[in-house]
Amino acid sequence: MKSLALRPITDALIITKRQLQQLTRVPEVLIFNTIQPVMFVLLFRYVFGGLGAGIPGGYVQLLMPGIFVQTVTFTLAATAQGLAEDMQKGLIDRFRSLPMARSAFVIGRTLGDGLLNIVVLVVMGITGYLVGWRPTSGVAHILFGFLMLLFFGYALSWAGVFAGLMGKDARVVANISFLFTFPLTFLSNAFASTTTMPKPLQYFAEWNPVSTMVAAIRQLFGFHNKFGVTAHSFPSSHPIPMSFIYMVLLMAVFMPLSVRKYKNASKK
Amino acid sequence: MSKSILAENLVKTYRDGQVKALDGLTLDVEEGTVLSILGPNGAGKTTTVRVLATLLTPDSGHASVAGIDVVKNPKKVREIIGLSGQYAAVDETLTGWDNLVMFGRLYHLSAAAAKVRATELLEQFGLTDAAKRPIKTYSGGMRRRLDLAAALIVRPKVLFLDEPTTGLDPRGRLDMWAVIEGLVKDGVTLLLTTQYLEEADQLADDIVVVDRGKVIARGSSDALKQQVGGERIELVVAEADISGAREIMERVTKSSAHLDAGLRKLSAPVNNGSAALMDVIREFDAKGIHPLDIAMKRPSLDDVFLSLTGHVAEVEEETPSKKKGGRK
Repeated sequence: MKSLALRPITDALIITKRQLQQLTRVPEVLIFNTIQPVMFVLLFRYVFGGLGAGIPGGYVQLLMPGIFVQTVTFTLAATAQGLAEDMQKGLIDRFRSLPMARSAFVIGRTLGDGLLNIVVLVVMGITGYLVGWRPTSGVAHILFGFLMLLFFGYALSWAGVFAGLMGKDARVVANISFLFTFPLTFLSNAFASTTTMPKPLQYFAEWNPVSTMVAAIRQLFGFHNKFGVTAHSFPSSHPIPMSFIYMVLLMAVFMPLSVRKYKNASKK
Repeated sequence: MSKSILAENLVKTYRDGQVKALDGLTLDVEEGTVLSILGPNGAGKTTTVRVLATLLTPDSGHASVAGIDVVKNPKKVREIIGLSGQYAAVDETLTGWDNLVMFGRLYHLSAAAAKVRATELLEQFGLTDAAKRPIKTYSGGMRRRLDLAAALIVRPKVLFLDEPTTGLDPRGRLDMWAVIEGLVKDGVTLLLTTQYLEEADQLADDIVVVDRGKVIARGSSDALKQQVGGERIELVVAEADISGAREIMERVTKSSAHLDAGLRKLSAPVNNGSAALMDVIREFDAKGIHPLDIAMKRPSLDDVFLSLTGHVAEVEEETPSKKKGGRK
Protein backbone atom coordinates (compact mmCIF):
# COMPACT_ATOMS: atom_id res chain seq x y z
CA MET A 1 0.00 0.00 0.00
CA LYS A 2 1.35 3.36 -0.99
CA SER A 3 1.49 6.08 1.62
CA LEU A 4 -1.25 8.67 1.28
CA ALA A 5 1.10 11.58 0.69
CA LEU A 6 2.69 9.98 -2.35
CA ARG A 7 -0.57 9.07 -4.06
CA PRO A 8 -1.03 12.20 -6.18
CA ILE A 9 2.51 11.71 -7.49
CA THR A 10 2.15 8.01 -8.28
CA ASP A 11 -1.24 8.72 -9.86
CA ALA A 12 0.31 11.42 -12.05
CA LEU A 13 3.11 9.08 -13.09
CA ILE A 14 0.57 6.42 -14.09
CA ILE A 15 -1.04 8.97 -16.39
CA THR A 16 2.38 9.87 -17.82
CA LYS A 17 3.07 6.20 -18.36
CA ARG A 18 -0.19 5.88 -20.24
CA GLN A 19 0.95 8.60 -22.62
CA LEU A 20 4.26 6.86 -23.24
CA GLN A 21 2.41 3.58 -23.83
CA GLN A 22 0.27 5.36 -26.39
CA LEU A 23 3.44 6.38 -28.19
CA THR A 24 4.61 2.79 -28.39
CA ARG A 25 1.21 1.78 -29.83
CA VAL A 26 1.04 4.67 -32.27
CA PRO A 27 4.69 5.53 -33.02
CA GLU A 28 3.52 7.78 -35.87
CA VAL A 29 2.71 10.45 -33.28
CA LEU A 30 6.29 10.60 -32.05
CA ILE A 31 7.67 10.42 -35.57
CA PHE A 32 5.49 13.24 -36.81
CA ASN A 33 6.24 15.30 -33.71
CA THR A 34 9.94 14.99 -34.49
CA ILE A 35 9.86 15.22 -38.27
CA GLN A 36 8.03 18.52 -38.30
CA PRO A 37 10.63 20.54 -36.35
CA VAL A 38 13.47 18.78 -38.16
CA MET A 39 11.83 19.79 -41.43
CA PHE A 40 11.60 23.38 -40.19
CA VAL A 41 15.29 23.35 -39.28
CA LEU A 42 16.26 22.16 -42.76
CA LEU A 43 13.87 24.44 -44.65
CA PHE A 44 14.77 27.59 -42.76
CA ARG A 45 18.46 26.76 -42.74
CA TYR A 46 18.63 26.46 -46.51
CA VAL A 47 15.87 28.85 -47.61
CA PHE A 48 16.83 31.78 -45.40
CA GLY A 49 20.45 30.80 -44.85
CA GLY A 50 21.56 33.61 -47.15
CA LEU A 51 20.13 36.23 -44.79
CA GLY A 52 22.90 35.52 -42.37
CA ALA A 53 25.60 37.64 -44.02
CA GLY A 54 27.46 39.34 -41.22
CA ILE A 55 26.21 37.04 -38.46
CA PRO A 56 29.14 35.23 -36.89
CA GLY A 57 28.63 31.56 -37.69
CA GLY A 58 25.83 32.35 -40.15
CA TYR A 59 22.00 32.46 -39.96
CA VAL A 60 21.81 29.02 -38.39
CA GLN A 61 23.14 30.44 -35.07
CA LEU A 62 20.18 32.80 -35.01
CA LEU A 63 17.75 30.25 -36.35
CA MET A 64 18.23 27.31 -33.97
CA PRO A 65 17.16 29.11 -30.75
CA GLY A 66 14.17 30.44 -32.69
CA ILE A 67 13.12 26.99 -33.85
CA PHE A 68 13.70 25.44 -30.44
CA VAL A 69 11.38 27.99 -28.87
CA GLN A 70 8.83 27.62 -31.65
CA THR A 71 8.76 23.87 -31.17
CA VAL A 72 8.22 24.00 -27.43
CA THR A 73 5.57 26.69 -27.93
CA PHE A 74 3.59 24.16 -29.97
CA THR A 75 3.35 22.05 -26.81
CA LEU A 76 0.35 24.20 -25.98
CA ALA A 77 -1.47 22.88 -29.04
CA ALA A 78 -0.37 19.28 -28.42
CA THR A 79 -1.60 19.28 -24.83
CA ALA A 80 -4.83 21.01 -25.80
CA GLN A 81 -5.56 18.46 -28.49
CA GLY A 82 -4.76 15.50 -26.23
CA LEU A 83 -7.04 16.79 -23.49
CA ALA A 84 -9.84 17.60 -25.91
CA GLU A 85 -9.67 14.07 -27.35
CA ASP A 86 -9.83 12.49 -23.90
CA MET A 87 -12.72 14.74 -23.08
CA GLN A 88 -14.60 13.92 -26.27
CA LYS A 89 -14.16 10.18 -25.82
CA GLY A 90 -15.34 10.26 -22.23
CA LEU A 91 -12.00 9.26 -20.76
CA ILE A 92 -11.94 12.34 -18.56
CA ASP A 93 -15.22 11.13 -17.06
CA ARG A 94 -13.67 7.76 -16.35
CA PHE A 95 -10.65 9.31 -14.64
CA ARG A 96 -12.87 11.65 -12.69
CA SER A 97 -14.89 8.72 -11.40
CA LEU A 98 -11.73 7.13 -9.95
CA PRO A 99 -10.49 7.84 -6.43
CA MET A 100 -7.44 9.76 -7.67
CA ALA A 101 -6.35 13.30 -6.82
CA ARG A 102 -7.95 15.87 -9.12
CA SER A 103 -4.61 17.42 -9.97
CA ALA A 104 -2.96 14.08 -10.75
CA PHE A 105 -4.41 13.66 -14.23
CA VAL A 106 -3.39 17.10 -15.49
CA ILE A 107 0.02 16.94 -13.86
CA GLY A 108 0.64 13.54 -15.44
CA ARG A 109 -0.46 14.76 -18.84
CA THR A 110 1.74 17.89 -18.81
CA LEU A 111 4.66 15.80 -17.60
CA GLY A 112 4.19 13.42 -20.52
CA ASP A 113 4.20 16.28 -23.01
CA GLY A 114 7.35 17.58 -21.33
CA LEU A 115 9.09 14.21 -21.76
CA LEU A 116 8.12 14.19 -25.42
CA ASN A 117 9.80 17.59 -25.77
CA ILE A 118 13.10 16.13 -24.50
CA VAL A 119 13.14 13.63 -27.36
CA VAL A 120 12.21 16.25 -29.91
CA LEU A 121 14.80 18.77 -28.67
CA VAL A 122 17.57 16.17 -28.75
CA VAL A 123 16.76 15.16 -32.34
CA MET A 124 16.56 18.83 -33.36
CA GLY A 125 19.85 19.62 -31.64
CA ILE A 126 21.57 16.85 -33.56
CA THR A 127 20.03 18.02 -36.83
CA GLY A 128 21.13 21.58 -36.08
CA TYR A 129 24.64 20.42 -35.39
CA LEU A 130 24.73 18.56 -38.71
CA VAL A 131 23.76 21.71 -40.61
CA GLY A 132 26.32 23.91 -38.92
CA TRP A 133 24.85 25.09 -35.62
CA ARG A 134 27.66 25.57 -33.07
CA PRO A 135 26.75 27.12 -29.72
CA THR A 136 29.78 29.01 -28.47
CA SER A 137 28.99 29.14 -24.76
CA GLY A 138 29.97 26.47 -22.25
CA VAL A 139 28.24 23.15 -21.53
CA ALA A 140 26.59 24.53 -18.37
CA HIS A 141 25.03 27.41 -20.32
CA ILE A 142 23.81 25.11 -23.07
CA LEU A 143 22.23 22.70 -20.58
CA PHE A 144 20.62 25.59 -18.76
CA GLY A 145 19.24 26.79 -22.09
CA PHE A 146 17.66 23.40 -22.78
CA LEU A 147 16.19 23.26 -19.28
CA MET A 148 14.64 26.67 -19.87
CA LEU A 149 13.15 25.42 -23.12
CA LEU A 150 11.62 22.42 -21.37
CA PHE A 151 10.27 24.60 -18.61
CA PHE A 152 8.78 27.07 -21.10
CA GLY A 153 7.07 24.19 -22.91
CA TYR A 154 5.81 22.86 -19.59
CA ALA A 155 4.36 26.23 -18.58
CA LEU A 156 2.57 26.55 -21.93
CA SER A 157 1.30 23.00 -21.55
CA TRP A 158 -0.82 24.23 -18.64
CA ALA A 159 -2.43 26.81 -20.87
CA GLY A 160 -3.02 23.91 -23.26
CA VAL A 161 -4.83 21.92 -20.55
CA PHE A 162 -7.15 24.82 -20.01
CA ALA A 163 -7.78 25.25 -23.74
CA GLY A 164 -8.32 21.53 -24.20
CA LEU A 165 -10.93 21.33 -21.46
CA MET A 166 -12.79 24.33 -22.88
CA GLY A 167 -13.58 22.92 -26.27
CA LYS A 168 -16.15 20.37 -27.25
CA ASP A 169 -14.54 19.08 -30.41
CA ALA A 170 -10.92 17.92 -30.46
CA ARG A 171 -10.29 18.99 -34.04
CA VAL A 172 -11.62 22.47 -33.40
CA VAL A 173 -9.43 22.78 -30.32
CA ALA A 174 -6.40 21.61 -32.30
CA ASN A 175 -7.05 24.09 -35.10
CA ILE A 176 -7.69 27.02 -32.79
CA SER A 177 -4.63 26.41 -30.67
CA PHE A 178 -2.53 26.10 -33.82
CA LEU A 179 -3.97 29.35 -35.17
CA PHE A 180 -3.01 30.93 -31.88
CA THR A 181 0.52 29.58 -31.47
CA PHE A 182 1.69 29.78 -35.08
CA PRO A 183 1.46 33.58 -35.46
CA LEU A 184 2.74 33.96 -31.92
CA THR A 185 5.99 32.30 -32.92
CA PHE A 186 6.36 34.36 -36.09
CA LEU A 187 5.44 37.76 -34.62
CA SER A 188 8.68 37.60 -32.71
CA ASN A 189 12.42 37.75 -33.21
CA ALA A 190 12.54 33.98 -33.82
CA PHE A 191 13.25 34.02 -37.54
CA ALA A 192 13.85 37.62 -38.54
CA SER A 193 14.89 40.87 -36.98
CA THR A 194 11.97 42.76 -35.50
CA THR A 195 13.31 46.12 -36.64
CA THR A 196 11.99 45.69 -40.16
CA MET A 197 8.42 45.01 -38.96
CA PRO A 198 5.68 47.68 -38.92
CA LYS A 199 5.74 49.63 -35.64
CA PRO A 200 2.69 48.00 -33.98
CA LEU A 201 4.15 44.56 -34.65
CA GLN A 202 7.45 45.69 -33.19
CA TYR A 203 5.68 46.52 -29.95
CA PHE A 204 3.92 43.20 -30.01
CA ALA A 205 7.16 41.35 -30.68
CA GLU A 206 8.87 43.22 -27.90
CA TRP A 207 6.43 41.96 -25.29
CA ASN A 208 5.79 38.59 -26.88
CA PRO A 209 7.10 35.94 -24.47
CA VAL A 210 8.39 34.01 -27.48
CA SER A 211 10.79 36.86 -28.31
CA THR A 212 12.03 37.01 -24.77
CA MET A 213 12.59 33.26 -24.69
CA VAL A 214 14.39 33.32 -28.04
CA ALA A 215 16.66 36.12 -26.87
CA ALA A 216 17.31 34.27 -23.61
CA ILE A 217 18.22 31.04 -25.41
CA ARG A 218 20.42 32.89 -27.91
CA GLN A 219 22.24 34.51 -25.02
CA LEU A 220 22.70 31.17 -23.29
CA PHE A 221 24.04 29.65 -26.51
CA GLY A 222 26.51 32.54 -26.85
CA PHE A 223 24.76 34.94 -29.17
CA HIS A 224 23.50 38.30 -27.94
CA ASN A 225 20.40 39.57 -29.58
CA LYS A 226 18.42 42.77 -29.12
CA PHE A 227 14.87 43.07 -30.32
CA GLY A 228 11.70 45.09 -30.17
CA VAL A 229 11.10 48.79 -30.63
CA THR A 230 13.81 49.81 -28.25
CA ALA A 231 16.79 47.65 -27.57
CA HIS A 232 16.80 49.00 -24.04
CA SER A 233 13.41 47.72 -22.95
CA PHE A 234 13.41 45.34 -20.00
CA PRO A 235 12.50 42.19 -22.01
CA SER A 236 15.18 43.00 -24.56
CA SER A 237 17.98 43.77 -22.13
CA HIS A 238 17.08 41.14 -19.50
CA PRO A 239 15.64 38.26 -21.49
CA ILE A 240 16.52 35.49 -19.03
CA PRO A 241 14.84 36.90 -15.91
CA MET A 242 11.96 38.18 -18.06
CA SER A 243 11.42 34.68 -19.48
CA PHE A 244 11.17 33.26 -15.99
CA ILE A 245 8.68 35.95 -15.06
CA TYR A 246 6.54 34.94 -18.04
CA MET A 247 6.78 31.25 -17.18
CA VAL A 248 5.88 31.78 -13.53
CA LEU A 249 2.99 34.01 -14.57
CA LEU A 250 1.69 31.41 -17.03
CA MET A 251 1.77 28.70 -14.41
CA ALA A 252 0.38 30.89 -11.65
CA VAL A 253 -2.61 31.65 -13.85
CA PHE A 254 -3.22 28.39 -15.66
CA MET A 255 -2.38 25.74 -13.05
CA PRO A 256 -5.22 26.67 -10.70
CA LEU A 257 -7.56 27.47 -13.60
CA SER A 258 -6.87 24.13 -15.26
CA VAL A 259 -7.26 22.06 -12.11
CA ARG A 260 -10.52 23.83 -11.39
CA LYS A 261 -11.71 23.29 -14.93
CA TYR A 262 -10.84 19.60 -14.70
CA LYS A 263 -12.73 19.29 -11.43
CA ASN A 264 -15.87 20.63 -13.05
CA ALA A 265 -15.20 19.13 -16.46
CA SER A 266 -18.34 17.74 -17.89
CA LYS A 267 -18.79 16.21 -21.26
CA LYS A 268 -22.43 17.03 -21.39
CA MET B 1 -32.85 -3.62 4.09
CA SER B 2 -30.95 -0.37 3.80
CA LYS B 3 -30.89 2.09 0.93
CA SER B 4 -27.71 1.82 -1.07
CA ILE B 5 -28.50 4.71 -3.36
CA LEU B 6 -30.58 7.68 -2.36
CA ALA B 7 -31.46 10.78 -4.35
CA GLU B 8 -33.79 13.43 -3.02
CA ASN B 9 -35.17 16.36 -4.97
CA LEU B 10 -32.19 16.65 -7.29
CA VAL B 11 -32.22 19.74 -9.44
CA LYS B 12 -29.69 20.50 -12.15
CA THR B 13 -29.99 23.19 -14.77
CA TYR B 14 -27.69 23.91 -17.67
CA ARG B 15 -26.97 27.11 -19.56
CA ASP B 16 -28.02 29.50 -16.81
CA GLY B 17 -31.28 27.80 -16.10
CA GLN B 18 -32.32 27.48 -19.74
CA VAL B 19 -32.34 23.71 -19.68
CA LYS B 20 -33.66 21.86 -16.67
CA ALA B 21 -31.97 18.46 -16.80
CA LEU B 22 -33.18 17.39 -13.36
CA ASP B 23 -36.31 18.86 -11.87
CA GLY B 24 -36.71 17.50 -8.36
CA LEU B 25 -35.77 13.91 -9.10
CA THR B 26 -36.14 11.49 -6.21
CA LEU B 27 -35.29 7.80 -6.13
CA ASP B 28 -33.75 5.13 -3.96
CA VAL B 29 -32.29 1.69 -4.49
CA GLU B 30 -32.23 -0.99 -1.82
CA GLU B 31 -29.02 -2.81 -1.21
CA GLY B 32 -28.50 -5.77 -3.51
CA THR B 33 -31.30 -4.86 -5.90
CA VAL B 34 -31.45 -3.52 -9.44
CA LEU B 35 -33.23 -0.31 -10.30
CA SER B 36 -33.66 0.71 -13.89
CA ILE B 37 -34.16 4.30 -14.92
CA LEU B 38 -36.23 4.27 -18.04
CA GLY B 39 -36.77 7.28 -20.20
CA PRO B 40 -36.35 8.90 -23.59
CA ASN B 41 -33.26 10.80 -24.70
CA GLY B 42 -32.82 13.96 -22.70
CA ALA B 43 -35.08 12.83 -19.86
CA GLY B 44 -32.31 13.21 -17.30
CA LYS B 45 -31.09 9.62 -17.01
CA THR B 46 -27.44 10.34 -17.66
CA THR B 47 -27.49 13.48 -15.54
CA THR B 48 -28.83 11.43 -12.63
CA VAL B 49 -26.02 8.90 -12.98
CA ARG B 50 -23.43 11.66 -13.28
CA VAL B 51 -24.63 13.28 -10.08
CA LEU B 52 -24.64 9.99 -8.18
CA ALA B 53 -21.19 9.09 -9.53
CA THR B 54 -19.84 12.47 -8.32
CA LEU B 55 -19.10 13.76 -11.83
CA LEU B 56 -21.63 16.53 -11.56
CA THR B 57 -22.71 18.69 -8.63
CA PRO B 58 -26.45 19.20 -8.38
CA ASP B 59 -27.83 22.73 -8.00
CA SER B 60 -29.90 21.54 -5.08
CA GLY B 61 -31.11 18.36 -3.49
CA HIS B 62 -29.31 15.61 -1.70
CA ALA B 63 -27.79 12.33 -2.80
CA SER B 64 -25.85 9.58 -1.11
CA VAL B 65 -24.30 6.26 -2.02
CA ALA B 66 -23.95 3.65 0.73
CA GLY B 67 -24.80 6.41 3.17
CA ILE B 68 -21.98 8.67 1.96
CA ASP B 69 -22.97 12.12 0.70
CA VAL B 70 -21.87 12.48 -2.94
CA VAL B 71 -21.40 16.24 -2.69
CA LYS B 72 -19.71 16.42 0.70
CA ASN B 73 -17.50 13.38 0.37
CA PRO B 74 -17.06 12.56 -3.32
CA LYS B 75 -13.69 10.89 -2.91
CA LYS B 76 -15.07 8.29 -0.50
CA VAL B 77 -17.90 7.61 -2.91
CA ARG B 78 -15.48 7.09 -5.81
CA GLU B 79 -13.70 4.40 -3.84
CA ILE B 80 -16.78 2.20 -3.63
CA ILE B 81 -18.56 2.72 -6.95
CA GLY B 82 -18.06 1.46 -10.46
CA LEU B 83 -19.22 3.43 -13.48
CA SER B 84 -19.58 2.26 -17.02
CA GLY B 85 -21.65 3.30 -19.95
CA GLN B 86 -22.06 5.49 -22.91
CA TYR B 87 -19.78 8.18 -21.51
CA ALA B 88 -17.19 6.66 -19.22
CA ALA B 89 -14.69 5.23 -21.63
CA VAL B 90 -11.44 3.38 -22.04
CA ASP B 91 -8.28 4.40 -23.89
CA GLU B 92 -8.66 3.18 -27.45
CA THR B 93 -5.01 3.29 -28.41
CA LEU B 94 -4.00 1.06 -25.51
CA THR B 95 -4.67 -2.68 -25.27
CA GLY B 96 -7.36 -4.14 -23.05
CA TRP B 97 -4.65 -5.36 -20.72
CA ASP B 98 -2.93 -1.95 -20.52
CA ASN B 99 -6.23 -0.28 -19.74
CA LEU B 100 -7.19 -2.63 -16.92
CA VAL B 101 -3.75 -2.51 -15.33
CA MET B 102 -3.72 1.29 -15.54
CA PHE B 103 -7.17 1.64 -13.98
CA GLY B 104 -6.24 -0.91 -11.34
CA ARG B 105 -3.20 1.15 -10.41
CA LEU B 106 -5.37 4.28 -10.25
CA TYR B 107 -7.65 2.43 -7.81
CA HIS B 108 -4.42 2.06 -5.83
CA LEU B 109 -3.85 -1.63 -6.28
CA SER B 110 -0.19 -2.61 -6.24
CA ALA B 111 1.37 -3.33 -9.62
CA ALA B 112 1.19 -7.06 -8.98
CA ALA B 113 -2.40 -6.97 -7.73
CA ALA B 114 -3.47 -4.85 -10.70
CA LYS B 115 -2.06 -7.46 -13.08
CA VAL B 116 -3.73 -10.36 -11.28
CA ARG B 117 -7.06 -8.51 -11.36
CA ALA B 118 -6.66 -7.62 -15.05
CA THR B 119 -6.07 -11.28 -15.90
CA GLU B 120 -9.14 -12.34 -13.89
CA LEU B 121 -11.41 -9.76 -15.48
CA LEU B 122 -10.26 -10.49 -19.03
CA GLU B 123 -10.98 -14.15 -18.35
CA GLN B 124 -14.38 -13.42 -16.80
CA PHE B 125 -15.47 -11.30 -19.76
CA GLY B 126 -14.14 -13.60 -22.45
CA LEU B 127 -11.48 -11.15 -23.58
CA THR B 128 -8.35 -13.11 -22.83
CA ASP B 129 -7.57 -13.65 -26.51
CA ALA B 130 -7.96 -9.94 -27.24
CA ALA B 131 -5.99 -8.83 -24.17
CA LYS B 132 -2.94 -7.64 -26.10
CA ARG B 133 -4.83 -5.92 -28.88
CA PRO B 134 -5.59 -2.19 -28.94
CA ILE B 135 -9.22 -1.43 -28.04
CA LYS B 136 -9.61 0.17 -31.48
CA THR B 137 -9.70 -3.32 -32.97
CA TYR B 138 -12.49 -4.52 -30.64
CA SER B 139 -16.10 -4.97 -31.69
CA GLY B 140 -18.73 -2.79 -30.02
CA GLY B 141 -19.72 -5.59 -27.68
CA MET B 142 -16.13 -6.38 -26.68
CA ARG B 143 -15.47 -2.72 -26.01
CA ARG B 144 -18.51 -2.44 -23.75
CA ARG B 145 -17.46 -5.56 -21.87
CA LEU B 146 -13.99 -4.15 -21.32
CA ASP B 147 -15.52 -0.87 -20.23
CA LEU B 148 -17.64 -2.77 -17.72
CA ALA B 149 -14.61 -4.77 -16.58
CA ALA B 150 -12.80 -1.50 -15.87
CA ALA B 151 -15.69 -0.50 -13.61
CA LEU B 152 -15.43 -3.74 -11.65
CA ILE B 153 -11.76 -3.66 -10.76
CA VAL B 154 -12.26 -3.04 -7.05
CA ARG B 155 -15.42 -5.20 -6.88
CA PRO B 156 -17.67 -2.22 -6.18
CA LYS B 157 -20.73 -2.73 -4.02
CA VAL B 158 -22.60 -0.15 -6.06
CA LEU B 159 -22.52 -0.10 -9.82
CA PHE B 160 -23.84 2.49 -12.27
CA LEU B 161 -24.43 1.43 -15.85
CA ASP B 162 -25.47 4.18 -18.21
CA GLU B 163 -27.19 2.71 -21.25
CA PRO B 164 -24.91 -0.33 -21.28
CA THR B 165 -26.30 -1.79 -24.49
CA THR B 166 -27.09 1.30 -26.55
CA GLY B 167 -25.65 0.81 -30.00
CA LEU B 168 -24.97 -2.91 -29.61
CA ASP B 169 -26.27 -5.51 -32.02
CA PRO B 170 -28.78 -8.08 -30.65
CA ARG B 171 -26.06 -10.64 -30.02
CA GLY B 172 -23.92 -8.10 -28.15
CA ARG B 173 -26.94 -7.08 -26.12
CA LEU B 174 -27.72 -10.65 -25.05
CA ASP B 175 -24.07 -11.20 -24.08
CA MET B 176 -24.11 -8.02 -22.05
CA TRP B 177 -27.33 -9.00 -20.31
CA ALA B 178 -25.82 -12.33 -19.31
CA VAL B 179 -22.79 -10.56 -17.86
CA ILE B 180 -24.98 -8.10 -15.94
CA GLU B 181 -27.22 -10.87 -14.62
CA GLY B 182 -24.11 -12.63 -13.33
CA LEU B 183 -23.06 -9.51 -11.43
CA VAL B 184 -26.49 -9.12 -9.90
CA LYS B 185 -26.34 -12.71 -8.64
CA ASP B 186 -23.14 -11.78 -6.83
CA GLY B 187 -25.12 -9.22 -4.86
CA VAL B 188 -24.07 -5.93 -6.38
CA THR B 189 -26.46 -2.98 -6.10
CA LEU B 190 -27.10 -1.79 -9.61
CA LEU B 191 -28.53 1.39 -11.06
CA LEU B 192 -29.08 0.98 -14.76
CA THR B 193 -30.35 3.49 -17.27
CA THR B 194 -31.90 2.40 -20.50
CA GLN B 195 -34.12 3.45 -23.36
CA TYR B 196 -35.11 -0.14 -23.91
CA LEU B 197 -38.16 -1.32 -22.04
CA GLU B 198 -37.22 -4.88 -22.76
CA GLU B 199 -33.92 -4.35 -21.02
CA ALA B 200 -35.50 -2.89 -17.90
CA ASP B 201 -38.00 -5.75 -17.90
CA GLN B 202 -35.23 -8.31 -18.18
CA LEU B 203 -32.74 -6.96 -15.66
CA ALA B 204 -34.45 -4.80 -13.07
CA ASP B 205 -36.32 -5.54 -9.85
CA ASP B 206 -37.80 -2.09 -9.93
CA ILE B 207 -38.28 0.49 -12.62
CA VAL B 208 -38.60 4.25 -12.43
CA VAL B 209 -39.83 6.06 -15.49
CA VAL B 210 -38.31 9.52 -15.87
CA ASP B 211 -39.29 12.30 -18.16
CA ARG B 212 -38.09 15.89 -18.14
CA GLY B 213 -35.96 15.40 -15.07
CA LYS B 214 -38.70 13.92 -12.90
CA VAL B 215 -39.77 10.46 -11.87
CA ILE B 216 -43.25 10.01 -13.29
CA ALA B 217 -43.83 6.43 -12.23
CA ARG B 218 -42.25 3.73 -10.17
CA GLY B 219 -42.88 0.06 -9.62
CA SER B 220 -42.03 -3.43 -10.66
CA SER B 221 -42.51 -4.20 -14.29
CA ASP B 222 -45.74 -6.06 -13.43
CA ALA B 223 -47.05 -3.20 -11.32
CA LEU B 224 -46.38 -0.72 -14.07
CA LYS B 225 -48.16 -2.91 -16.58
CA GLN B 226 -51.08 -3.12 -14.17
CA GLN B 227 -51.17 0.66 -14.14
CA VAL B 228 -52.01 0.76 -17.84
CA GLY B 229 -54.81 -1.70 -17.35
CA GLY B 230 -55.21 -5.13 -18.80
CA GLU B 231 -55.37 -5.79 -22.49
CA ARG B 232 -55.31 -3.34 -25.37
CA ILE B 233 -56.82 -3.25 -28.77
CA GLU B 234 -54.41 -2.24 -31.47
CA LEU B 235 -55.34 -1.61 -35.03
CA VAL B 236 -53.99 -0.09 -38.20
CA VAL B 237 -56.31 1.72 -40.58
CA ALA B 238 -56.08 3.70 -43.79
CA GLU B 239 -55.32 7.41 -43.48
CA ALA B 240 -58.88 8.46 -44.33
CA ASP B 241 -60.39 6.21 -41.66
CA ILE B 242 -58.30 7.39 -38.73
CA SER B 243 -60.71 9.84 -37.15
CA GLY B 244 -63.75 7.60 -37.65
CA ALA B 245 -61.92 4.61 -36.22
CA ARG B 246 -60.68 6.60 -33.28
CA GLU B 247 -64.17 7.81 -32.44
CA ILE B 248 -65.53 4.25 -32.43
CA MET B 249 -62.65 2.90 -30.43
CA GLU B 250 -62.96 5.53 -27.74
CA ARG B 251 -66.68 5.07 -27.49
CA VAL B 252 -66.48 1.29 -27.16
CA THR B 253 -63.52 1.18 -24.80
CA LYS B 254 -64.57 4.26 -22.82
CA SER B 255 -60.94 5.40 -22.73
CA SER B 256 -58.76 7.60 -24.88
CA ALA B 257 -57.04 5.99 -27.83
CA HIS B 258 -53.45 6.67 -28.65
CA LEU B 259 -52.55 7.39 -32.27
CA ASP B 260 -49.17 6.69 -33.81
CA ALA B 261 -49.65 8.87 -36.86
CA GLY B 262 -46.67 7.53 -38.78
CA LEU B 263 -47.83 3.93 -38.56
CA ARG B 264 -51.54 4.88 -38.62
CA LYS B 265 -51.80 2.71 -35.53
CA LEU B 266 -54.47 3.27 -32.91
CA SER B 267 -54.37 1.63 -29.52
CA ALA B 268 -56.62 1.78 -26.48
CA PRO B 269 -56.87 -0.12 -23.20
CA VAL B 270 -59.91 -2.38 -22.70
CA ASN B 271 -61.39 -4.07 -19.67
CA ASN B 272 -63.68 -6.59 -21.22
CA GLY B 273 -61.22 -8.08 -23.69
CA SER B 274 -62.67 -9.95 -26.63
CA ALA B 275 -66.18 -8.58 -26.18
CA ALA B 276 -64.89 -5.07 -26.82
CA LEU B 277 -62.96 -6.29 -29.82
CA MET B 278 -66.14 -7.78 -31.27
CA ASP B 279 -68.00 -4.51 -30.68
CA VAL B 280 -65.32 -2.53 -32.41
CA ILE B 281 -65.32 -4.83 -35.43
CA ARG B 282 -69.11 -4.74 -35.67
CA GLU B 283 -69.18 -0.93 -35.61
CA PHE B 284 -66.33 -0.72 -38.12
CA ASP B 285 -68.28 -2.96 -40.43
CA ALA B 286 -71.36 -0.79 -40.08
CA LYS B 287 -69.34 2.34 -40.97
CA GLY B 288 -67.53 0.57 -43.79
CA ILE B 289 -64.10 0.90 -42.16
CA HIS B 290 -61.75 -1.95 -42.99
CA PRO B 291 -58.80 -2.16 -40.63
CA LEU B 292 -55.53 -3.29 -42.23
CA ASP B 293 -54.55 -5.02 -39.03
CA ILE B 294 -56.34 -5.60 -35.77
CA ALA B 295 -55.25 -7.38 -32.64
CA MET B 296 -55.65 -7.86 -28.92
CA LYS B 297 -52.45 -7.17 -27.03
CA ARG B 298 -51.24 -8.02 -23.59
CA PRO B 299 -49.63 -4.87 -22.17
CA SER B 300 -45.91 -4.41 -22.64
CA LEU B 301 -43.69 -1.91 -20.95
CA ASP B 302 -43.87 0.04 -24.18
CA ASP B 303 -47.52 0.64 -23.46
CA VAL B 304 -46.68 1.77 -19.95
CA PHE B 305 -44.18 4.15 -21.34
CA LEU B 306 -46.54 5.46 -23.93
CA SER B 307 -49.39 6.03 -21.52
CA LEU B 308 -47.06 7.83 -19.12
CA THR B 309 -45.12 10.00 -21.52
CA GLY B 310 -47.19 10.01 -24.69
CA HIS B 311 -48.78 13.41 -24.25
CA VAL B 312 -45.62 14.86 -22.78
CA ALA B 313 -43.70 14.15 -25.95
CA GLU B 314 -46.35 15.98 -27.93
CA VAL B 315 -46.14 19.07 -25.75
CA GLU B 316 -42.38 19.02 -26.16
CA GLU B 317 -42.71 19.42 -29.92
CA GLU B 318 -44.47 22.70 -29.38
CA THR B 319 -41.61 24.09 -27.33
CA PRO B 320 -38.48 23.45 -29.37
CA SER B 321 -36.51 25.77 -27.06
CA LYS B 322 -36.43 22.87 -24.61
CA LYS B 323 -33.77 21.33 -26.89
CA LYS B 324 -33.58 17.55 -27.34
CA GLY B 325 -37.03 16.33 -28.36
CA GLY B 326 -38.87 13.69 -26.46
CA ARG B 327 -39.07 10.21 -27.87
CA LYS B 328 -36.87 9.30 -30.71
